Amino acid sequence: MNCCHFDLNTIWFILVGVLFTGYAMLDGFDLGIGALHLFTKDDAERRTLLNAIGPVWDGNEVWLVTGGGAMFAAFPNVYATVFSGFYLAMILLLVALIFRAVAIEFRSKQPMRWWRQMWDIGFSAGSLLSSLLIGVALGNIAWGVPIDDRGEFAGTFLGLLKPYPVLVGVTTVALFMMHGAIYGAMKTEGALHDKLRVWAMRSIIFFVICAVTLTMATLLYVPHLSARVRENPWLFSIALLNMLSIANIPREFHHGRDWRAFLSSCAAIITLMALFAVDIFPNLVYSLPKPGNSLTIYNASSSPKTLGIMLVIAGIGVPVVIAYTVCIYWIFRGKVKLDRMSY
Amino acid sequence: MDVLTLSRIQFGATIAFHYIYPPLSIGLGVLLVVMEGLWLKTKNPVYHQMARFWTKVFALTFAIGVATGIVMEFEFGTNWATYSRYVGDVFGSALAAEGIFAFFLESGFLAVLLFGWDKVSRKLHFFSTCMVCLGAHFSAIWIVVANSWMQTPAGYKLVIRNGMERAEITNFWELVFNPSSMDRLFHTLCGAWQAGAFLVVSVSAWYLLKKRHLDFARAALRVGLTVALAASLLQLVSGDISARGVAKNQPEKLAAFEGLYNTTSNAPLTLVGWVDEKNEKIVGIQAPGMLSFLAHDDAHATVIGLNNYAPEDRPPVQASFLFFHGMVGIGFAMIAIAALGFLYFRHGSLYERRWLLWILVFSVLGPQIANQLGWFAAEVGRQPWIVYHLMRTPDGLSAVVKANAVLASLILFTFIYFLLFAVFIYLLNDKIQHGPDDADLIPSGKLALPTKK
Repeated sequence: MNCCHFDLNTIWFILVGVLFTGYAMLDGFDLGIGALHLFTKDDAERRTLLNAIGPVWDGNEVWLVTGGGAMFAAFPNVYATVFSGFYLAMILLLVALIFRAVAIEFRSKQPMRWWRQMWDIGFSAGSLLSSLLIGVALGNIAWGVPIDDRGEFAGTFLGLLKPYPVLVGVTTVALFMMHGAIYGAMKTEGALHDKLRVWAMRSIIFFVICAVTLTMATLLYVPHLSARVRENPWLFSIALLNMLSIANIPREFHHGRDWRAFLSSCAAIITLMALFAVDIFPNLVYSLPKPGNSLTIYNASSSPKTLGIMLVIAGIGVPVVIAYTVCIYWIFRGKVKLDRMSY
Repeated sequence: MDVLTLSRIQFGATIAFHYIYPPLSIGLGVLLVVMEGLWLKTKNPVYHQMARFWTKVFALTFAIGVATGIVMEFEFGTNWATYSRYVGDVFGSALAAEGIFAFFLESGFLAVLLFGWDKVSRKLHFFSTCMVCLGAHFSAIWIVVANSWMQTPAGYKLVIRNGMERAEITNFWELVFNPSSMDRLFHTLCGAWQAGAFLVVSVSAWYLLKKRHLDFARAALRVGLTVALAASLLQLVSGDISARGVAKNQPEKLAAFEGLYNTTSNAPLTLVGWVDEKNEKIVGIQAPGMLSFLAHDDAHATVIGLNNYAPEDRPPVQASFLFFHGMVGIGFAMIAIAALGFLYFRHGSLYERRWLLWILVFSVLGPQIANQLGWFAAEVGRQPWIVYHLMRTPDGLSAVVKANAVLASLILFTFIYFLLFAVFIYLLNDKIQHGPDDADLIPSGKLALPTKK
């Protein structure tokens, strides 16, 4: 690629991408655990899995909040168009996130069966719906949505449920399930651990089927997405890395190195997000049928001065955040043990 | 109803509900730091028990605060998209800074605070508690800065981009330290400290009345009353500073707070009463010259009245007046209650005065109601502007969102929030009934180890 001149807009495109990738990589396993939650049978297993994400899910969700904030600050027109345009979908996402969050906190506070079942369903449905909606939203942004000359969304809610975005949504669910199962396997032991490994293998198959279908659909029906890779064949290596990371997961499991399997899964998510970013750049929201109205990193951005100020803020804040996040994961390393402070 | 009314109701309702929780997190955060600090200093296990108990309550309020807080961030985009385009350059920066500096800190160290009791040393745990408290305060800083910019915009210029006008930053520090931000931050934080302290006071007083967990309750009441009294007195100072700021920066808002129609010198302060909007006068008891004195340090100073402004530029008078006076009235009541409780506590006769203990039990509602009224007064008093003197509220709406979509989301949020509130009260009551754990009097795990020299 010879078009690399890193202006502030490009840097912010990358930074927002990093925040959303962080979200997918971290909250991805929380959502995946949630999607698998109802498959576990007894209360002890459910509690073990909840406590595997207990100390970290909240911090993981902050990546989404900060990603949203960064989008608001760096590309306010994208934030405004997408959030108001996808109104009902966004409200549904909020409802799903609310139920998921409070269900984790409330579930184990009471011993009654009906109480726990109610929050179990809330947690699982909330997690599944959030993963699906996030995927559908990404799918729409990639496929293209109708944007009018003022930069406003000109479609409908049902118009967002086209086959391609829904396929992206299902792929996201599969990806998070795989990621969650692997994280769960890393944090548990005994029978539950073996069960999660089986689930991880099954969700890998589910994910690979989705991913292959999605790749074919992209190549066949979404030519604007594959244009950059066609022009720069070396970018295909990102897709290759993705496949290698996925293939590495069963290998690491086989050797009993669960944490390496988890790292592989993280690498798979990072490469997927990188591929997505490379495909859409420099558009943030692709406009269909009028590509001229697309929201790009230039026509939708804040002023260079603001982007500069924000870069200083991110430069101070993000390294500190990463440092203590790593420390906190370190403190809570190892297998989950239930104690009286547990959920 | 039209999309404007529905959107305003939805934003008001969702933020009012959200605002029950962050002040509790901020206030309880401070109390947790005090309790754990006292434990480290005195080695008295009752402080350990206290910190453990209130950590559980903290976790409960924090979870709902997070869940309802994401709604607020999304709503700027979903319902107020035109506003978001207009202010994104300025307002979005403050929100993003809040995420990076505050939310990560708060939620990251919360993990250690809640689940780290037996995993880390006492000092590291105390450090985490301090970081959670700091994070909660940082979040207040950035969100109040953003809101204050809507009240008193500064450090920006208006620019036409893509055929639309919008505000862009010219000076970041002028934006952060805009004319009202520090006064309002101080005022908000005092309210939050009161909310946390009076919750501790209330629960402790209730235990004393029921003759349960007496040692725990006495020690907690001492900490709670001290913080409550300090915060209530500071609130008086900050209220005075804030009101002066409003007089200087948003004169029509102050006029609406006091129902003052005609610009006059020797302006009176209403102690109790209401506004007769038809005849443009106040019905109630007034102190002559007091408003002039409080706003401008001179009983003969001129205070600007609402008639200086065109009717379409005035805030709703009756509502602003009542919200404001309700807040001030409760503010004074909280000082009286905290002072009375503190004095009798020092005197040692508080435990026999059951009437006062009952007042303390219900005192928890005071800061909550005053916090809500204060925000209503601040936001209603800014109307008809969404950004003071720059953009009117109806002009900030999303262009593409229809009334029936907002009605649907409003019904959905109302239903869910009632459910959440019921569950919150149920679980809070359950924790209070259950009371502190006696096992917490004996430190376990790494906490049982002596502190290293």
